[in-house]
Amino acid sequence: MPGVPLADYLAVASALFAVGVIGFLLRRNPITMLMAIELMWNAGNLAFAAFARTFVDFSGQIFVFIVVTVAAAEAAIALAIVVMVFRRRRDVDVDEISELRG
Amino acid sequence: MMALFWICTAILILTAIGVVASRHPVHSVIALIVNFSALAVMFLMLNAEFLAMIQIIIYAGAILVLFLFVITLLTIGTGPVESGPSRLAFQAVPSIVSGIVALALLASGVRTASAAAPPEAPADFGLVGSFGMQLLTTHLFAFEVTGFVLLIAVLGVVLMAARKELRF
Repeated sequence: MPGVPLADYLAVASALFAVGVIGFLLRRNPITMLMAIELMWNAGNLAFAAFARTFVDFSGQIFVFIVVTVAAAEAAIALAIVVMVFRRRRDVDVDEISELRG
Repeated sequence: MMALFWICTAILILTAIGVVASRHPVHSVIALIVNFSALAVMFLMLNAEFLAMIQIIIYAGAILVLFLFVITLLTIGTGPVESGPSRLAFQAVPSIVSGIVALALLASGVRTASAAAPPEAPADFGLVGSFGMQLLTTHLFAFEVTGFVLLIAVLGVVLMAARKELRF
């Protein structure tokens, strides 16, 4: 059973990453923007796993594990920030949140 | 193998576009769950059984439930977030252009990647046992740091989201 070559996995990961970039820049709902960030994390994870398989090396898979952990921490903290912003101003449109502008 | 790969690719791309394009965040979360499940199948094809499991349990389970809870709590009795016109004029054009530029940059790198089938992996590659052995011996320091990162995240979230009287 021949495996799928590395280049194909990397192409899929690139496409996923590009969709994540567009979503992050295009949307104004912070929750949807966070989901676009998750898409980009996962594109990176797919590339790591593909490299680990190609070079038959566990380090890539360990890195995916670390990335998943950091992504969980990031999602928790970012959602807590969104909740706090919503408590302050009943509105979470990122274009309207400009209190930190100098 | 190839057919499964392309089916998964189609699901991944379509649901990713669904995440980005749908107006309601709950629909985005549903699309993201399907996306993560297809990615778990990809991990299985890459001999990464343990990663496929944590993809389902941590991502599709824990993180997306967190998203759903926040969406549920925030959108009670409020209108849609992106109702008015954007403050940034012509936001769509530079966004899509930069996405295409990112794709072109990545594709130029992918072009140089190997197009040959990967070598045969050992039988225990990516299984939970050998993964855990690697994680707790060779990569022990990274594992410990991961625990510390999670501790900091928990402390930060509790400090931010706790009520005022709990704050110190």
